[in-house]
Amino acid sequence: MKAVVNRIIPFSSVDGPGNRTAVFFQGCNIDCKYCHNPETRGICRNCGACVDVCPTGALSYREEGGICYDGTACVQCDACIHVCPHDSSPRTQEMTPEEVYERVKRQIPFIRGISVSGGECMLQPDFLKQLFSLVRADGLTTLIDSNGTIPFWEYPGLMEVTDGVMLDIKAFDAAEHRNVTGVSNETILANAVYLAKHAKLYEVRVVVVPGLYDAERSVKEMGAFLVPYRKTHDFRIKLIAFRPMGVRKQYAGYRVPDAAYLNRLAELLRDLGFRDIMIT
Amino acid sequence: MRDISMERVEETRKNILSIIKSPSLTHEQKLTNLANQADSLMEVLDLPEGLDELLNQSIDTKCICDLAEGHAPVRPRYIVPDYAKFMKEGCSFLQLAPPTDLSEALNHLLIFYKHVPSVTNYPVYVGQLDELLEPFMDTVDEATAKKLIRMFMVHMDRTILDSFSHANIGPEATRAGRILLEVEAELEHAVPNITLKYEEGVTDDDFALEAVRCALHSAKPSFANHRMFSGELTERYVIASCYNGLPLGGGSYTLCRLVLGNIAKRASGIADFKENQLPYVLDIMARYMDARIRFEVEESGFFENHFLAKEGFIRRDRFSAMFGLVGLAECVNLLLEKEGMTGRFGHDEKANDLGVEIMDQIKAFNDHHENPYCEVTGGHFLLHAQVGLAEDENVSPGTRIPIGEEPEELIDQLMVLNRFHKYFPSGTGDIFPIDLTVHRNPEFVLDIVKGAFRKDLRYLSFYSSDSDVIRVTGYLVKRSEMEKLDAGMAVLQNTTGLGLGASKNGHILERKVR
Ligand code: SF4
Ligand code: SF4
Repeated sequence: MKAVVNRIIPFSSVDGPGNRTAVFFQGCNIDCKYCHNPETRGICRNCGACVDVCPTGALSYREEGGICYDGTACVQCDACIHVCPHDSSPRTQEMTPEEVYERVKRQIPFIRGISVSGGECMLQPDFLKQLFSLVRADGLTTLIDSNGTIPFWEYPGLMEVTDGVMLDIKAFDAAEHRNVTGVSNETILANAVYLAKHAKLYEVRVVVVPGLYDAERSVKEMGAFLVPYRKTHDFRIKLIAFRPMGVRKQYAGYRVPDAAYLNRLAELLRDLGFRDIMIT
Repeated sequence: MRDISMERVEETRKNILSIIKSPSLTHEQKLTNLANQADSLMEVLDLPEGLDELLNQSIDTKCICDLAEGHAPVRPRYIVPDYAKFMKEGCSFLQLAPPTDLSEALNHLLIFYKHVPSVTNYPVYVGQLDELLEPFMDTVDEATAKKLIRMFMVHMDRTILDSFSHANIGPEATRAGRILLEVEAELEHAVPNITLKYEEGVTDDDFALEAVRCALHSAKPSFANHRMFSGELTERYVIASCYNGLPLGGGSYTLCRLVLGNIAKRASGIADFKENQLPYVLDIMARYMDARIRFEVEESGFFENHFLAKEGFIRRDRFSAMFGLVGLAECVNLLLEKEGMTGRFGHDEKANDLGVEIMDQIKAFNDHHENPYCEVTGGHFLLHAQVGLAEDENVSPGTRIPIGEEPEELIDQLMVLNRFHKYFPSGTGDIFPIDLTVHRNPEFVLDIVKGAFRKDLRYLSFYSSDSDVIRVTGYLVKRSEMEKLDAGMAVLQNTTGLGLGASKNGHILERKVR
């Protein structure tokens, strides 16, 4: 079993509680306008456009076809991902769960767990199940960061080895959600309910992008929808300010929300009874 | 006492006059410098042959450095009084009965600090503050306690004009400890330095997290591996000055340091370094330290006459000495270069292995060298990874990886450090500026501390990449004060000047942010 891994961050302070190793998988099934790492979206088609722009010769053609990446020559200039016509990156790596596990193991005992993200990591549920079983045997916890378009309830085996999910709700209104991401949010909301009921909802994430959708209305409605499930299990709501860094040119023009607006959204949630609200 | 030349006397007289007339020194600094000039005329130590050629050299050739301890030590370098004894019994020399409530306890301590000598003339250790104050916490309400402790900390910051001064807390959580952390997070002071003695399972997580939050505001406390220190020095140890592990109720007679990079310059290659140059310098430095210690114990009269010793707040047989070193990184890199080999300390297995071999050799030497007055540490000195001086250029503190060359990933840096921290019971440490986002996830830092201490790292410091108080090499300074000094304004604390020097020569503002 193999999956394409975009990168592995040994110590991450922003992908769940404590210190965690974060694994980013390549490939995504939706198209969020504000995606801040668009180079994780597509799978490389070996077109070769990146080879010519690499200033250090880190990229070359393989004899047997495909692109060869030499990490020791790379200077992380990102020219390759900017030129890639397929929202991909030549710096990815095909790995087995065992290989990813080896890269996680080095960080023990400095980490308390791992978080998997993407792209959309739920496109590889079997891989995740295998990886999670390995790291759990070492006492590590496992978190999934997902766009929620794939029904978690269809993977009970994976859920058994998953400690929690960080779920994006990119807009509460179905039409607005479609505008932001290209798809409806029906499954996502059903996932939220399913995960909350099974005490697997660690965090709900909302990216606030003024001008793209009505965040105030969305947060209010989402809050009302989710609040009953706090009874079974308390979860955090994270309000994330849009930042243009990394965003594709055609979408980078949105405004960054100010602190007062974000605080107002948090206040709305607090009024509904949510306690663990984080603004970043 | 040996004679000296009239030339040297004349030169000293000139120095004295220029100190007296100096426009930039405060009165206290003048007195300290005048005393140093007087001391420099003395020749009373039995110096080992060959020392002069290793010691009295320019900064880029000297192999031994005695860190401005002078020619005739009038007191041990670092003094660590047993303040708990003072709290319990009072002090007859200072005419103080034991304190009965929190105000008295704090006032007593402030008085006592003014009578604790050291190489800086300020106390390098101000006590295990949580333990000292906890018994008095019931004598006032919480708000009053906080106010009093706050005033106490302000008093220290404004009167102990040197951040080589250290308070300890932990490993157990206490009310007094929590208030100290709260107050320090608000005050963002440079003085005193604070260390939390931390042990997983003994120190509550929520107390340790309070400490992390405080560190992200004020660059302290640092975290000391309590399990390791108490295993080596027993529970009666303290962290003093920068990060020096020392016996409580004693201290360190002296601290000299090997400048390993400069010793490597004398060597033709690795074999010559290990077989000839290093053993030669080790032997001379050890005998130099023996001579200093002998004078302090047998001739200076300090231990017979000072009230700290007479009343038992310190005991002669609780003193040891610190055998220091700097520049392992530069030493290893230069030796590899001389051998025509590639590899950099901190990055290549070969280079790190050579570093370990050198440390093993230094440790073996120290384990065999006996000093009759270091009973408390088995008759041997304690190895110490010295943090450097403001004027050091191209000399990395102790066994640190040079700033600017830190491995890309923190995990790789930690896995190098864990090979070196174990050698230094009298202190070593590493410093990590931490990204702002961690303010929301202090558990991130605590996880690293827990992992590091399981892996036998000894001492870690963190500060937030944007905070005003920052850690220079071991001590703290305020960025804002350095800026004032750089602009030619007078500032209160002596260490601000050292910090400014280190930020220019030692690139401390360019550490890799984690
Ligand atoms: S980031 Fe891409 S383009 Fe830049 S050096 Fe690395 S491989 Fe080459
Ligand atoms: S990474 Fe992109 S540009 Fe490079 S070969 Fe693959 S698809 Fe083409």
